[in-house]
Amino acid sequence: MNIIVCVKEVADPEAPDDAFCLDAANKVLVASPKVLRVLNPFDEHAVEAALQIRDKTNARVTILSLGRKLDRVVAKKPLLMGADQLVLLEDDVFAGGDSWSAAYLLATAINKIGDFDLILCGRQAADSNAGQVGLGIAELLNLPSVVAARKIEILDGNARVERVIGDGYEVVEVTLPALITVSNEVGQPRYPAIKNIRIVNQIQPTIWASRDIGVDPSHIEGRLTLSALFQPVHEGTCEIVEGETLQEASEHLAVRLRSERIL
Amino acid sequence: MMDRNVMIVGELVEKQLSPVSRELLGGGRRLADTLGEALEAVFIGEELAIAASEACVFGADTAYIIDNAKLAQYDAELYVKILARFIEEKRPRILLFGHTFQGAELGPRLAFRLNRGIATDCVDLSVEPDTNKLLRTKPIYGGMAMAIFTSEDFPQMATVRPKALPPAERRTCSQGNSVPFNLDFGGGSPRIRFLERVTEEVAGIKLEDADVIVSGGRGIQGKEGFRELDGLAKLLKGTVGASRVACDSGWVPSTLQVGLTGKIVAPKLYIAVGISGASQHMTGCSRSQCIVAINKDPAAPIFKQAHFGVVGDWKVVLPAFMEKLKSLG
Repeated sequence: MNIIVCVKEVADPEAPDDAFCLDAANKVLVASPKVLRVLNPFDEHAVEAALQIRDKTNARVTILSLGRKLDRVVAKKPLLMGADQLVLLEDDVFAGGDSWSAAYLLATAINKIGDFDLILCGRQAADSNAGQVGLGIAELLNLPSVVAARKIEILDGNARVERVIGDGYEVVEVTLPALITVSNEVGQPRYPAIKNIRIVNQIQPTIWASRDIGVDPSHIEGRLTLSALFQPVHEGTCEIVEGETLQEASEHLAVRLRSERIL
Repeated sequence: MMDRNVMIVGELVEKQLSPVSRELLGGGRRLADTLGEALEAVFIGEELAIAASEACVFGADTAYIIDNAKLAQYDAELYVKILARFIEEKRPRILLFGHTFQGAELGPRLAFRLNRGIATDCVDLSVEPDTNKLLRTKPIYGGMAMAIFTSEDFPQMATVRPKALPPAERRTCSQGNSVPFNLDFGGGSPRIRFLERVTEEVAGIKLEDADVIVSGGRGIQGKEGFRELDGLAKLLKGTVGASRVACDSGWVPSTLQVGLTGKIVAPKLYIAVGISGASQHMTGCSRSQCIVAINKDPAAPIFKQAHFGVVGDWKVVLPAFMEKLKSLG
């Protein structure tokens, strides 16, 4: 079976807030140069889910990523984890856009790849926080979708999926081909393996620009317009409760909360 | 009339109107009043009468019900197909979903089917004065920044974060009415088959309903520490929450996770213990009435959003804090 995993390169979401600076005029959040480029964490979980299936079924895992000037170290990480093939959609015209255009471009590339049984995506990206691209790909390719999987098993042309819901999980069976978005509960992504380095060095990524997937650049437009970007203001009025000792400070906290009628 | 009115897609909890639906009606009512248009709701499922009449009590002018035994079990593909037909006929200006496990799936799928944009997980909605466009404010980068989106075409769609909008007030007399909407949604074998639901809710108060939440993060260091947090939570008649790190480390079940991909909570008191305060966590608790932070690191970002803080090791702070509370009675 063939699995395609869509991954996004993002600014490291673990970087501290003050490593980012808002450029309100241009409506962008600018990361300082010290912020690493990384794979979107949920997408790493999607790669892990694909490799878990591969461990049991000998599936072939293709990684698909979209962007402009993609970082090769980031893009190759899933290969070091054990994926088989890398397809990069890379073109200057792919800058900008929104969930709609990303889903459209990825779906068009998936059509060109052609042979697939399962498409996996992370449940949402750490930058846009939209959670739309996977669902959009499913819609554009007319596939059934299951959101926020914590476990995927392949059985006889179907996938049995546990999907996370608010207070537990649901078990559903979905006919393949299908699109599944993956949540962090699927398990820690495996580490890139040193032993894979030589194999990975022999894998030549496929690089497609807009013309290679037959997309007219003038058609790559989003459906949403970003009209403003701002940073929430925190009042910064935290009252640090102190005392001679830490025990005393802790007692003072109890007294303060009581006097404020919070407790 | 074309492209008029504000429509919410309602959800049920045990046959009643869900809390998020009430919030959508609250937010939707303000939008509808600004536009001078009607507020409508649509429900899909089985046995919808109670929820639909509640929607009218809470402000809907019309509640459409698409009621069928075949729709009892949530089926995203079928629901999207039905909603697409319904929306093409009713043509609302604005279409709102709750950002719930259903709404976060139905909203984007429907948007792509209709070739429209949708902003997900919005925390504020308003009407742009001159253009009447829907301004959709949503957190990005885990809440580090907020983006405001607009779009040109109708319906203007959004999913709305639970607890973000003020819930609608009960009207003394309901002026709205429930209207069945009949359509033939065809047969065919479903591509997604529901097998079972496994509830993993821990005993005690649900996170979303708790007045007091004692939440632990990386600094708690293990399962044992969470037992101590549980002791404090019990003393305060509250419940325990956790950061993503604590859940992913297996210290507590993932159903206790507070944050962007976990629960969005707004208790009276949120006590964050050993939690640094990353944006993706704070976005889940920033609407708490009072946040208390206990953290060793005085530079932890949590202190920027907390109302009260103690800088120090929680293993020392908690016992002294609890003893004092008990002695205060």
